[in-house]
Amino acid sequence: MSTATEKQSLSTSLIASIDLAQFSFANEQRTKAFEAFKTIGLPEPKNEEYKFTPVTRSLSKHFSASELSKPTDANESVKSLLNPEFSENRVVFVNGMYSKTLSTITSDSKVTVQSLNEALASNPSLLFDQLNTTDPFALLNSTLWSDGLYINVPKNIEEQKPLFIHHLHDASSEKVSAHTKLFITVGESASLQIIEKTDTQGNQPVFNTISEDIIVGENGAVNYCKIQNDAGQLIQVANTTIHQHRASRADTYTLTLNGQLIRNNLNIIIDGEGCESHFYGLYLSDGDTLVDNHTTVDHKKPNSFSNELYKGLMDGKSKGVFNGKIYVRPHAQKTNAFQSNRNLLLSDDATVNTKPQLEIWADDVKCSHGCTTGQLDEEALFYLQSRGIPKATAKAMLLYAFAAEVMETIKNEQLKNYIDSIVSERLHKSY
Amino acid sequence: MSKDNQVLEEFTSKEYEHGWTTDLESDSAPKGLSEDTVRFISAKKNEPEWLLEWRLKAYRHWTTMKEPQWPNVTYPTINYQDIIYYSAPKQKVQPKNLSEVDPELIKTFEKLGISLTEQKRLTGVAVDAVIDSVSVATTFKDKLGELGIIFCSFSEAVKEHPELVKKYLGSVVPPNDNYFAALNSAVFSDGSFCYIPKGVRCPMELSTYFRINAANTGQFERTLIVAEDASYVSYLEGCTAPMRDENQLHAAVVELYAMKDAEIKYSTVQNWYPGNKEGKGGIYNFVTKRGLCAGDHSKISWTQVETGSAITWKYPSCILKGDYSNGEFYSVAVTNNYQQADTGSKMIHIGKHTRSRIVSKGISAGKSQNSYRGQVHILKRAENARNFSQCDSLLMGDQCGAHTFPYIDVENKSAHVEHEATTSKIGEDQIFYCLQRGIDEEAAVALIVNGYAKEVLKQLPMEFAVEAQKLLALTLEGSVG
Amino acid sequence: MLKINNIHARVEEKAILNGINLEIKPGEVHAIMGPNGSGKSTLASVLAGREDFEVTEGSIEFLGKDLLEMSPEDRAREGVFLAFQYPVEIPGVSTVNFMKTALNKIREYRGQDTLDAVSFLSLMKEKIELVEIDKALLNRSLNEGFSGGEKKRNEIFQMAMLEPKLAILDETDSGLDIDALRIVANGVNKLRTKDNATIVVTHYQRLLEYIVPDYVHVLYKGKIVKSGTKELALELEAKGYDWIKSEMEVA
Repeated sequence: MSTATEKQSLSTSLIASIDLAQFSFANEQRTKAFEAFKTIGLPEPKNEEYKFTPVTRSLSKHFSASELSKPTDANESVKSLLNPEFSENRVVFVNGMYSKTLSTITSDSKVTVQSLNEALASNPSLLFDQLNTTDPFALLNSTLWSDGLYINVPKNIEEQKPLFIHHLHDASSEKVSAHTKLFITVGESASLQIIEKTDTQGNQPVFNTISEDIIVGENGAVNYCKIQNDAGQLIQVANTTIHQHRASRADTYTLTLNGQLIRNNLNIIIDGEGCESHFYGLYLSDGDTLVDNHTTVDHKKPNSFSNELYKGLMDGKSKGVFNGKIYVRPHAQKTNAFQSNRNLLLSDDATVNTKPQLEIWADDVKCSHGCTTGQLDEEALFYLQSRGIPKATAKAMLLYAFAAEVMETIKNEQLKNYIDSIVSERLHKSY
Repeated sequence: MSKDNQVLEEFTSKEYEHGWTTDLESDSAPKGLSEDTVRFISAKKNEPEWLLEWRLKAYRHWTTMKEPQWPNVTYPTINYQDIIYYSAPKQKVQPKNLSEVDPELIKTFEKLGISLTEQKRLTGVAVDAVIDSVSVATTFKDKLGELGIIFCSFSEAVKEHPELVKKYLGSVVPPNDNYFAALNSAVFSDGSFCYIPKGVRCPMELSTYFRINAANTGQFERTLIVAEDASYVSYLEGCTAPMRDENQLHAAVVELYAMKDAEIKYSTVQNWYPGNKEGKGGIYNFVTKRGLCAGDHSKISWTQVETGSAITWKYPSCILKGDYSNGEFYSVAVTNNYQQADTGSKMIHIGKHTRSRIVSKGISAGKSQNSYRGQVHILKRAENARNFSQCDSLLMGDQCGAHTFPYIDVENKSAHVEHEATTSKIGEDQIFYCLQRGIDEEAAVALIVNGYAKEVLKQLPMEFAVEAQKLLALTLEGSVG
Repeated sequence: MLKINNIHARVEEKAILNGINLEIKPGEVHAIMGPNGSGKSTLASVLAGREDFEVTEGSIEFLGKDLLEMSPEDRAREGVFLAFQYPVEIPGVSTVNFMKTALNKIREYRGQDTLDAVSFLSLMKEKIELVEIDKALLNRSLNEGFSGGEKKRNEIFQMAMLEPKLAILDETDSGLDIDALRIVANGVNKLRTKDNATIVVTHYQRLLEYIVPDYVHVLYKGKIVKSGTKELALELEAKGYDWIKSEMEVA
């Protein structure tokens, strides 16, 4: 067990070990982010936002400051992790570096998909960090990112083909510290579909931060699905910020099936009238893992609608954490915002900490949140057993039904089938 | 400005009706806080040595603590050296019965609608009246005494029942629990004490009425209620204060201790001076209230109607230690003008088969901010625990805010925890419907608000439910957005 | 009793009523019919004093007084009753409590003594029988969780309690099955006297089989384009609203 002073010292020594001179691009933004990171450092145990999620403690257990601050070399022996289902229109990162050889980009020719380094080389003034997030790991990502992706869908282009972004981590021989940045702009009346997945091989610890800024133009739409199914020792903090302009639509799916310690920060900024946002989450944890979803919907303009459904299944000694904030700013009248968080605890040692939070400054609104925590319905289980279904199968069936409410909302059939197969596999393997 | 907002303006400009002061000669401690202040208070009250030591320990601990910053309220820094920590109306002799109480004091309470003469009493209610820092009179003592019930001022309890006080004081809210509890433990001057013996059902409502009168004075009272096995008591506190331009601090502690099969019902109608329309003055109400369901099958129920105070910071809680114990919290919190309220409840489930229920109804008007903050914690050994929470917010006008911060922490899989929250406003269509039936706007708002708060109001003892309804209507008249 | 003189009204920037003229005498029943969007419900709302509608021209006299000068609650107290198309739900407030408040406010306005609980309850009992409403319903939160029929029946019960001089039934028949419709219409008929008047706003002729009107007016594009007796309603039912539309186009 490390003490508070040791944790502080990781923060301090990390700051000391970061040498911005190692990076040859975007140094102005890095310096700015680094300065901001220096003032807050890694979250301490009492930090309200990281109260239940000891990222700092886990990092100090597995990493030295210098292991965290230097990027890990790319290694392409991880090809076996690639999904054959998504071989078309694929972008691959290995240990945080863009892999040109593994990527197969077949998007519409009007759509820009290039590595962030390339994009910056051709356009050094690209404003890729417009959405300032103050999360310590977002700032750390902005300081340490080694590569990333720039996507631009121009006005009126409705890209039908989903783009698959695959982050691979090779931790078979050494520890990995990988930091990737994505910057995505969807123009007026344009649309984009993204599927993102992380995979890890090997048993060395991996520290990964991903930062995604997505700007959706007027009447535009983004459909974004994140799949986290990492074997091994992954400590991951993902920051996703979606900025919605007038009459735009965002659909997000966050599916966490595996990973040692996963923290997802999803921020939706509704900055125009008539927007619609749907976000769904499903988290399955067991062993001694932890999954933490922090979501924020910030209604800044009137007449918008947001709906959130997150469901979790916690088994073993695992922990589930959910924090959902809904802000309705003073002039965001006629806002409708709904949130629901449902959890099932499957073992005696699993825990859940949930904190839905409504903050409302406008009066003509309809907002609600609900959350429940319980266990599997014994009555239903017995009913199935009494019809001759073995207990384990019955349990898996009921859990699948619980999860299905989230999966059913996925519109892309191919994706839905894939998710369905990995969730079923996961549930039937366990029970 | 729309017509609705005009009515709202008129409505919210209603004056606080208990804002007058009484000329009472008082006996006060010098301003400021030090070990000497603590010794002064203890000496004034002729306290035994152990209690002085208890206070000093709390004081020393307080000096190491920091004022909490997490509540969703803002106020200027409190200068703890600028407060008078002890003030008592001067009475020539300690009154032995009501006929010896200063008539000015009796008049003060009569004016508040609290009769201390038992003949004119509210039927079935015994009252302990506390002005500034001391208890001035307790009614029905003899009648209660026949049943073995002790109901008296805290100071008297220290003298007459030191073993009980020593045993239970700080047993639910330890002196170092939090900043304001530590401050209270060091300087508390009086309050109410209540003890219900085994198997006794208290035949009347017990009530404490708190009044702040003197200027620059903080009020730090302490209430301790102990309910022995299979006993029952229903207790009500009310409070008012004069209108003064400076803010006054009220940091009280309430401890409830329920043993096996015992039930304590604690109701509050809080109407401290909320400050004026511009947000000047008013009481800072920083209160620690906690009940311990120590025995199996015990029950503690909190009901509060909060309409006053510039700032409210309180979370009446239940520690459900006994198996099958039951905790309840019903609250209506109204904020208007510049009032700020950060209030809610904590339900800590330790015992098996424990149950809790939270019903919170927030109403915000004017430029006020109203927050619900609560925690439901199911500990690992709390098999089959159940909680249901409902937090509703009603907004009136477009310059106020409503916030909810529920924390739900579950460590046992057999728990069943449900939380629901909604935010809405009084609908124009609801108002128009009432108007069309000949009900004017003010009456319509009162009707709708009382309907909204009904689930909580019906928990109040009959005698006070009507008063609470009027108070709600008075605080909110016309606030339609 | 009621004189509507050249009323023009609009909501936001849109003109809805374009010069309505109508006179109603005590004891009469007038039906206002018309296709959707013709301004029927707007007329009802203007009479009751809903703020969303702005009267830009014209006057309305009710029992010799200027109705437009009065607040909605004073109109109610003077005897105007609107049976809402969509009755509003008020959680936590029972119909009994609601009616007691309303009735006593109206009595205060008229300089009458307020009713105590006993006389209020006996009055209520009498009206319950008159309009055949389930008593249990009246102790529940106002309209909350009521079926469409229960809501409409509750409107008629309130009408019985408040004994208005002018009752306006705004699409009271919409969404009702035939049994509910008959009960509601029976209630209305029982409440008719030679001193009060009723305006029935409806899209369909069906209700008028039960509440027989003395006059029928057809509203189209914010104007009364045809007036007649109850036979007009039958003609309208037979020929449909397109008949009015085409006739107007020709004109």
